[in-house]
Amino acid sequence: MSVHDLSAAARPNAPTTTYRYDEFDADFVRERVAEFREQVRRRLEGSLTEDEFRPFRLMNGLYLQLHAYMLRVAIPYGTLTARQMRCLADIADRWDRGYGHFTTRQNLQYNWPKLIDTPDILDALADVEMHAIQTSGNCIRNVTADHFAGVAADEIEDPRATAEFLRQWSSLHPEFSFLPRKFKIAVTGATHDRAAILAHDIGLRILKNDAGDIGYQVMVGGGLGRSPFIGKIIRDFLPRADLLAYLEAIMRVYNRYGRRDNKYKARIKILVHEKGIEAIRDAVEKEFASMDRSVFSHDPEEFTRIAAYFAPPPYESLPAVSATLRAARNDNPALDNFVAVNVSPHREPGYAIVTVSLKPIGGIPGDATSAQMRTLADASERFGFGELRVSHEQNIILPHVKQDDLPALWRILDAAGLATANAGLISDIISCPGLDYCSLATARSIPIAQEISKRFSDMSRQRRIGKLGVKISGCINACGHHHIGAIGILGLEKKGQESYQITLGGDPTFSAAIGEIVGPGVGAEQVPDVIEHLVDFYLAEREEKETFIDTWRRVGHARFKDALRREGEDGAYI
Amino acid sequence: MAAFKNPQILLASDLRDGEVMFLGASGWERDHRRARVALDAAAAAELEKIGHAEYASNHVVDVYLTDVEIEPDGVPTPLHYREKMRIKGPSVRRDLGKQATGA
Amino acid sequence: MALISDGRFVEDGWRRLADEEDLPKSGRIIVSLARLPHALEKLTPETSLGVLAPNTTEIDALATALPRLGLISIAFPAFADGRGFSLARLLRSAGFTGELRASGRLLADQYTHALGCGFDAIEIPDDLAARQDETQWRAARDAYSRTYQRGYISRGSILDARRKAAQ
Repeated sequence: MSVHDLSAAARPNAPTTTYRYDEFDADFVRERVAEFREQVRRRLEGSLTEDEFRPFRLMNGLYLQLHAYMLRVAIPYGTLTARQMRCLADIADRWDRGYGHFTTRQNLQYNWPKLIDTPDILDALADVEMHAIQTSGNCIRNVTADHFAGVAADEIEDPRATAEFLRQWSSLHPEFSFLPRKFKIAVTGATHDRAAILAHDIGLRILKNDAGDIGYQVMVGGGLGRSPFIGKIIRDFLPRADLLAYLEAIMRVYNRYGRRDNKYKARIKILVHEKGIEAIRDAVEKEFASMDRSVFSHDPEEFTRIAAYFAPPPYESLPAVSATLRAARNDNPALDNFVAVNVSPHREPGYAIVTVSLKPIGGIPGDATSAQMRTLADASERFGFGELRVSHEQNIILPHVKQDDLPALWRILDAAGLATANAGLISDIISCPGLDYCSLATARSIPIAQEISKRFSDMSRQRRIGKLGVKISGCINACGHHHIGAIGILGLEKKGQESYQITLGGDPTFSAAIGEIVGPGVGAEQVPDVIEHLVDFYLAEREEKETFIDTWRRVGHARFKDALRREGEDGAYI
Repeated sequence: MAAFKNPQILLASDLRDGEVMFLGASGWERDHRRARVALDAAAAAELEKIGHAEYASNHVVDVYLTDVEIEPDGVPTPLHYREKMRIKGPSVRRDLGKQATGA
Repeated sequence: MALISDGRFVEDGWRRLADEEDLPKSGRIIVSLARLPHALEKLTPETSLGVLAPNTTEIDALATALPRLGLISIAFPAFADGRGFSLARLLRSAGFTGELRASGRLLADQYTHALGCGFDAIEIPDDLAARQDETQWRAARDAYSRTYQRGYISRGSILDARRKAAQ
């Protein structure tokens, strides 16, 4: 049977273009749930102390936060079926408080689960081929990928097959589950990096070499957190057949030599930084050369098996431009703006990629209610082959929508409060949960995002400002990616108060850069003013078609800094 | 032991459901207004001792003392903004957490 | 200390020799890595030799000794310090066929990892053994009918099962 026969695609809830568990995957996930159920039981009866239990609950995504436990559910490579999205909504209603939070690692977090309910939640997830395996802990985390995978016009190959291949290989790895620190892998198959691969422990970029073979450029040692680093190239071109063997070599070098004396120096980025990329490359290549490669001999056929699941859905043959859409846009300025801002070109004529913003003006970035999740599930079935994506920008993507259907889709989204036309604009803010939920946070993030969003609530002004990534973290761990925001905001504690440090010039793409600090921290209430001054300075200085980051690069950091000083009273702002 | 500066209460999280609790006069309370307040170092040490025992017997996790001030009505209020958050709930969702039930 | 082998607490047939103790004429003894060259030199044919190796040991330091060692015990300074798993894997790759032991505060929840990397036995302190009885170790050993990786030891390989199912 073909994976995507039309009858299956037409069936309600039928997943189409993503991986499906076979009996072995299904058994494995059920056994993981049973194991966790037993671990919880042993914790409650005292066979495991909290210090012993912690790494095991974390490896199943369960944290203890400020007000309650938090469960992080894996959404591998950010792809969801409608049925899975509905299950997430059901879990939110049954075991949580009717909402969930989509994260920068394409996962979903529940903020209020009970420890004693968690095994049942995991069983419910297993019913729809989902889990929380390795969404935390010092192990290989959920592998992320370009959220436009399979539909982007600039793509060499769908990165999700690689990500799924790695998901399986890394699940419950006997050797690499007790690493010095967490380990994050991201994959892109496109010429534009939408997965921030240079900010990951390993970044994989799918390439075609001169001979026409597909392989990977392998980057290692990127990462944010206390000491941010951009990944460095360790291998220019790795043939696909060697992928698992080569990653195993990297992991073994890291597991043996990564620092374990200080958790802030335990990521592979520090090993690469301290030893130098050449030394790490030598060690990895030596290990790689000495390995018994016969165990990997069936990797290519397994990859092919997995890749078949990611075949395109049965698109209709359509004209490249929809007359229906054009007419509707002329009649409806709100729809017109939505299409201009939130809709991206699709590789298939007549189709479009729709970004559904989870950043309503003044809202909590990344949060969705169970009702909104169901609306999105329904919409994906009606208009998009039942498939959804989660982006690392904390939005939801409908990857295959007919241009003809955009007006009808927009009406449904608008009615559900999901039609904010701000994708990529200043109010499309990435924000970690911060001190409103997180026990590691040193300051709140969400209220800062809300205030900035409200300050720029005029959508025509936002469009005039153009593409601008504002990213906010509530502590140095940088879950809100502040280092790679064109405007980054980091919440810290200063003299018993929340204080915010602002950086400029961060870039998450192939031209990756870490933002530079503008000056001393400011109080929460000053942040929107500072951002507004920076934006006004950019608008005054920009040349035609420049984005904020373009102008900042041309004009220079010093002048942005000076602008703030002049704008403030005697440097009072910064 | 650090010098005793302010009155203190003992916080913890319930192992089974994760909710924030406060050591009261006779066991754990879910409302900070019923927390037992240590007014000197010896009383704080006593709270900690009970907390350690409760941790060891797998009832609570993340047990620690936090500084408070005593309001005119006798209610202890944490001094630090982090613990102020913990006695209420998320500042961005006033409908959730302890604040939603009038705590 | 308690020793777990094949999901059971078993008697330890090996004795750890203190560095100041004389080498015995016979029996099964475990020496420190520092004493290994001396022990190899003076070893009687009636003695089986084992070594206690820190998890930072380089394979090269043991390579020539491997054929003469009956046991290698790898120290786990903390249960979450996973270096010992990679060292075990490297020792097996280097052809070591004797007993591999993980020694430290390992938890039953790590049993499949240890077995997967080539360990035969786990040595834990008595207080831990008192909390984690045989049934917990056996349940952990049997938790997974199949796992994804190839080249590691497990009850079953998902990839092999898939290939068989496809034939």
